[in-house]
Parts: sequence; structure tokens; C-alpha cells
Amino acid sequence: MSSMFEGYVSSGPAYDEMFDNDALRPPYLRLRSSLETMTTPDLIGRVEALQASYLDQGVTFDIGGEERAFPLDILPRVIEMDTWTTIESGVQQRVNALEAFLADVYDAGAVFDDGVIPREVIATSSHFHREAANVRPANGVRVHVSGIDLIRDNAGEFRVLEDNVRVPSGVSYVMTNRRAISAALPETIAEHRIRPVAGYPQRLLAALRAAAPAGVTDPTVVVLTPGVYNGAYFEHALLARTMGVELVEGRDLECRRGRVMMRTTKGLEPVHVIYRRVDDEFLDPVHFRADSMLGCPGMIDTARAGNVTLANAVGNGVADDKLVYTYLPDIIRYYLNEEPVLKNVDTWRLGDADAREEVLDRLDELVLKPVDGSGGKGIVIGPRATKPELDELRVKVLEDPRSWIAQPVVQLSTVPTFVDGELGPRHVDLRPFAVNDGNRVWVLPGGLTRVALAKGELIVNSSRGGGSKDTWVLAGPPVPAPVTVPAPVLVAEPVPADEPPPSPPPSSPVRSVPESAGPAISEMSQQQEQQQQAAVIPC
Amino acid sequence: MLSRIAESMFWIGRYVERAEDTARILDVQTQLLLEDATIDQESTCRNLLSIMGVEGEPESQVDITLVLDQLAYSPTSPVSIASALAAARESARRARETLSVPMWEAINTTYRAISSGHFHAMRPPAIFQWVRERAALINGTADATMTRDEGWHFLMLGRCIERADMTSRLVATASLAAGTGAPWTGTLRACGAYEAFLRTYRGLETERGAAEFLLLDRLFPRSVVFALNRAEQCLDNLEATDRRAGFQNEAQRLLGRLRTELEYRSLADVMADLPNEMERLQRTTALATEAVTRSYFAGSEALTWQGVRL
Repeated sequence: MSSMFEGYVSSGPAYDEMFDNDALRPPYLRLRSSLETMTTPDLIGRVEALQASYLDQGVTFDIGGEERAFPLDILPRVIEMDTWTTIESGVQQRVNALEAFLADVYDAGAVFDDGVIPREVIATSSHFHREAANVRPANGVRVHVSGIDLIRDNAGEFRVLEDNVRVPSGVSYVMTNRRAISAALPETIAEHRIRPVAGYPQRLLAALRAAAPAGVTDPTVVVLTPGVYNGAYFEHALLARTMGVELVEGRDLECRRGRVMMRTTKGLEPVHVIYRRVDDEFLDPVHFRADSMLGCPGMIDTARAGNVTLANAVGNGVADDKLVYTYLPDIIRYYLNEEPVLKNVDTWRLGDADAREEVLDRLDELVLKPVDGSGGKGIVIGPRATKPELDELRVKVLEDPRSWIAQPVVQLSTVPTFVDGELGPRHVDLRPFAVNDGNRVWVLPGGLTRVALAKGELIVNSSRGGGSKDTWVLAGPPVPAPVTVPAPVLVAEPVPADEPPPSPPPSSPVRSVPESAGPAISEMSQQQEQQQQAAVIPC
Repeated sequence: MLSRIAESMFWIGRYVERAEDTARILDVQTQLLLEDATIDQESTCRNLLSIMGVEGEPESQVDITLVLDQLAYSPTSPVSIASALAAARESARRARETLSVPMWEAINTTYRAISSGHFHAMRPPAIFQWVRERAALINGTADATMTRDEGWHFLMLGRCIERADMTSRLVATASLAAGTGAPWTGTLRACGAYEAFLRTYRGLETERGAAEFLLLDRLFPRSVVFALNRAEQCLDNLEATDRRAGFQNEAQRLLGRLRTELEYRSLADVMADLPNEMERLQRTTALATEAVTRSYFAGSEALTWQGVRL
């Protein structure tokens, strides 16, 4: 009966989010029923329109200096309210724990004394910056924005793959994807109740303003970008535009007398909060890389003096170090006295001799990751690696075991994806974004679903040919399939007898003045009248 | 407004106007070459290239194909329409967060025609028509969606300075072809000024009248004096201070002097050596651009940290 999903076979052990063998999973009922009538050529037409609109809008990212449209799959991923509630509380819990951990690491270090995590794990992390020690942020927030990467294991349970609390990117695509899909599948969108994602910039701006240095009532917020050639420049520009703040580059800033100023046509103006999208190492040539042109000399000292807030804070990298990740469940228990809502993926630390021995024996079955890598760089997937690659890996691991972790090959869950004219299962992950304003951790209902477009591919990063999907978080409880929806029965609420029901004031429609017609229009109507009269007279 | 953004706005204005005016000039010249068989193609083309500022003498034979390549299609030639549109888009990308979405899309879709090859597939005169239409779309969108703040004044300033410069080049091309056919008619048409000119001068078509109209008319929006007037106004708006005497802004001084000189000299005097006068005008607009850069955009170039890590 279905023309679109016919012949779709979910592959292997991975959890397919739409189909349970042949049966449809509940969140996708409406999606299928609304797409059933669509034919493949119709779908292809919409896909083409989608791609053209992304190019026209300039929704692009750079690979090696070349600008490409960000690949967006037309089929959305649907997440039910209940599932989302778990994700939301799990992410909130995690961010709270990370905040507490960072505050502790750069202060008293109670977590080391209590034996939760060895001090050398932090001290050996390349992202631990002594420059950030004893800096107390204005409203206590270090992780203003975070992206917690989740995957769904073979049983369908969400697990945390990694934490990103430095400069997580991708949120702009969550917003543009929704707009693009609304244009491509308007009927389908209308049949769902989807939680909106467009409120993100306002939440972010509120959190950034709340983080302003003490005493500043109307802070000037800026977004700091490495520049137009950065891969995520589109996102930086979009965030600055939708927050209504300046997008600055390092050369626009200058530190003067303990203040950060920006160069404007009217001279120097003070800056209070910098949402920086530049890595720690490039922020300030005085303290970090002296050859960096992306930052501004003196920024770190200004931040230490409490005259400017950097968001996210400097030195956050220790918390998303992949080795620290392995301690996170203990860290959550230690600070929050709660069990983790979202589990980690099983991980071996190669610094431990026992674990190392086991892993080295099973190198061809496991995934090995460098602890400070990002963007899928340096990852070796055991079953797919050749013998020489594994040998090389073994040498590297033995040289520097601290730099590696190992995980079992996790089959990421699959979602139907439209590639090369047909539907097929493709692996996806999910990056929900959280904004911490000091009072509450707010999780954007949606997040970025990245999809590996090549068949069977498990690495979803866009730098490795990944695309994205619009992620729909449904509002309200699951609804039965539309066919069986009964007509709603209205129950009138009883009204107290002595009180007449409030009736709306009698409203007369506002009469507006008709639009004034120009001489051309009035002449035309006069002429017509004359013609009609002329036609009448001879009769 | 950030200096860097102001600079981008200024150059969006200039590049869009440059693309449009180059299309207008090429439109007249290709038309002339087609219509009039008596014109020496080689020398006309050489003159055109030199007026448009193409550096160095090309040794091989210069013909209309080379001219079109240099001034319209080639993305590597700095004076071509293609590179002007690409540069406009690059400037817009750098000021992306300050532009309205329709404005950005108008510029970006224009550029996309170049990167997708659609632009190169178009032939004269359709391509010139297309460039004029895109410029009109961008300018119209700017007019309809931009707040009249500093960004707008910088955009207008760029557009007006470029227009004064390019109209002077257009007048120079007309004067070169003087005596052969009716170059002034074509020039007036290129500016869309032909009808306005005929009505103003009661149908009396003279070279002098046409030059006067394009250089000095205070009401026609593409005339040099009109454009300079507008540029001065923009600078006036940008200078917030209430001044009592004289002008502090170097660019304003340069442009004001240029305009008054044009207006107060006798036309015959200017007409006597039109190409050189026009070149002088172009030099002054270049100086004015430098002055604007110094007073508003300075300091936005990257700095290197020379300190020693302690």
C-alpha cells in the first residue's frame, strides 16, 4: 500500500528508529500516513528545491576552502515526548555535573582529594589551563553552551558518546533545517505538533547577558569569530544576526586599561560579554599561542580581572577530555548524589594496565579514539582496519597510553534516509544543545541529528561526508494513527448560577477607509460608467 | 557600527554599482561596434580597455571578444563584472549578520549565477540587461529593507562615489568616439538618460548638451554632480558633530572641491580636454576613497602580537 517505504529494509543489528522489523514504531505513524501518497518523482522535486534554497540562502560550510551546501535529508527524525523528557533531564544532569566539576577543578580540587578521579588525569590533559585557575565567573557559569553527543544503542537506549563544552557547533543548522523542511513538507509539518526550535538565539542571548560582569546593567554582547574562512562562519553570522549583536573578529578588538574594546566608526566602545567561537589556544597571544591572529592580546587578563566574560569559559576542555568522560558517571554521583540518567558507552582507559592488555588483544574488534581528538579525526575502527594500520596503532598506543580510549563498535541507530533516489537505512547520532543561564539549564527541543550518508558508514561528522536531518520533538502524548481519531466530545463546564457567563463585549468590525484609488483607476471606472450609459441610451 | 562592517557596506555599494555601470558602458560600446562599420574596432577596443583601467598593453590583437572577456566574463580580471559581483558577495558575506535576509539573498543569488556557470552562458546584450536587473534588485531591496543608519550611509556613499567615477568613464568613452556616428545618443541611452535629456533640452541633441547633462545636471540621478552631491550628503550624515566653520573631513573636502570646480568652471573649458579632465576626476574619487578608509575603517587590519611570553 505504501509507495514510499516499500522495499525499505533496516539492516543488521542496529536499532531502526522507524521500523521494528516490519512493524512501524509509534512516533512515525503520522509521518508515514502523510507521506504515503507521495511518489518518488514528487519527492525528488522537493529534494531539489530544498538544495537550491540552501545554496541561495548561503547555508554552507567550508571544506578545504570550498563552500558547499550543508546536506540536509528530506525525511525528518521523530522523537516522542517521553523519550525526549529522558534526554532532557539527562542532559541537564550532565551539564550541572560538568559545571560543578569545572568549578572544583579550577578551585579547591575536592574531587581529587576524595579519590573520585586522579589528579594526574586533569594535570596531563592538554586542555587544562592554569590561566583559568581561581577565576570565578560572574554568575558561576562556565558552560554557557554545551552539546552532548548521544547515540542510540542496539536496544534503542540513548547513551552519551561525548561531551562538548568548549565551542560546540551545529545549532544554526537545527534552525535552518526546520525552516527548510517546513517549506519542503508543509502538509506533513501541519499534521504534527512539533516543539519549536526558533527560540534558541533569545535563550542564548539571555544567558549571555546574565553572565555579564558584576555592575554592568546593560551589557554589550558580541560573537567572536575566527573569520570568514572558518568552517562554521555561517553559524557565527546567523547567531549574531538573530541575537542582534555584533559579530567581531580578533582584529576588531583591543584591550585598553583592563577593558576589552571594539573599534567602531565612532571610536572604541566597551565589550562586556564575548561569546567566543575561537579555541582557547588562539584567544590571547599573551598567554597562549603567540602567533595567533584570531584573538586579542590581553583578553585573558581582562577576564581574570572580571571586566569581561568569556563564554564558554577558558579551560573547559578538561571536562570534555575523553578520558575524563570515562569518570563522568562517578562525577555525577559525587556532586549531585544521583544516578546518571543517560549512560556512557562502555569504555576502556588504556592508561590502566589491565584494560590495556585486554584491548591490545582485541584491537581488531574495538574502536580506538584519541582522547583530545574531535571531528572524527584519528579514530580507528578495528574491524575495518588493515593489519598494518593496526600494527601502527599498537605502537602509538604503547608509546602514549594516556592519549587513547577504546570502545566496542557501537552500531548507531538507523533512520530512513533519501540518498541517490532511494530510501535506505543510514546511521545517525544526536547532539542536543543546552544553554545555562545560571538559574536553569535549558535544552533546545530538537538538536542536531547528523547522518552518515554513505551506506554502512558509522562516522557522521560533516567533515567526513555526513549530512543532517531535521529533528522533530513531538509535543503532547503520543497520538493514535489519524484514521482512528474519534470526533472530540465537548464537555461544557458548569457555570455558577448567580454569575452570568462572561460574554465578550459586542464588537463591531472596524470599518476601514477604502484604499484611495489613483486617477488612473477612477478614470477607468468613469469611462466604464459612461460606456454603460452610452449603451443604455439607444435602447 | 564596527569599522570592518562599515567598510564592507561601503564596498558592497561600490561593487554593485561598478558591475552595473560596466554593463552599461559595454552595452553602448558593443552596440556602436555593431551598428557602425566605419569604426576602427582595434583602436576603439584599446581605448575602452584603457579607460576602464586595464593595466598594460596587450600585444596581441585586441578585439571585442577580448574586451568582453576582460570587462565582463573573466573572474580573474579585476575590472570585470564577474569579479565585481563576486567581490560584492564576499563583502556581503563578511557583513552577513548586519544585512537583512532579502538583501543577502539578492546578492548571493546574483553571485550564484556566476559560480553555477549561468552567467557565462549569457551573451550580450542579454547579459547586460541581466546585470542591470540584478543591480536594481539589490539596490531596491536595500532601499526597502535597510534602516537609515550608518550602514545605509556607507552603502550609499560607496554607490555614489563609484557612480561619479563610472559616469566620468562613460563620458570619456563617448568623447573618444566623437565625430563617428552618434556616440552621445548611445551614452545617454546607457544611463537611461535619453528621454530625460530630450525633454530637458527640448529635443535639441548636441554633444555639448549631452556632456552637460551627464556631468552637471542637478536633477538627473546618474550625473556626476548629482552623485557627488549625494556622496557629500552621506558624509555629512556620518559626521555627527555640529560644525560652525569649514569641513573637517578630508573626503568631504575633496569631493566638495571636485563638485564646485565642475560646477563653476565653464563647460567649454572642461570639454576642451574631456578625457584628461575625466581622469583627474577619477583620481580625486580614489583619493576620497582613501580618505574615507583612513577616517572610518582604519585599524581594522590584522595586527600581529610581537610581545614575548613571560
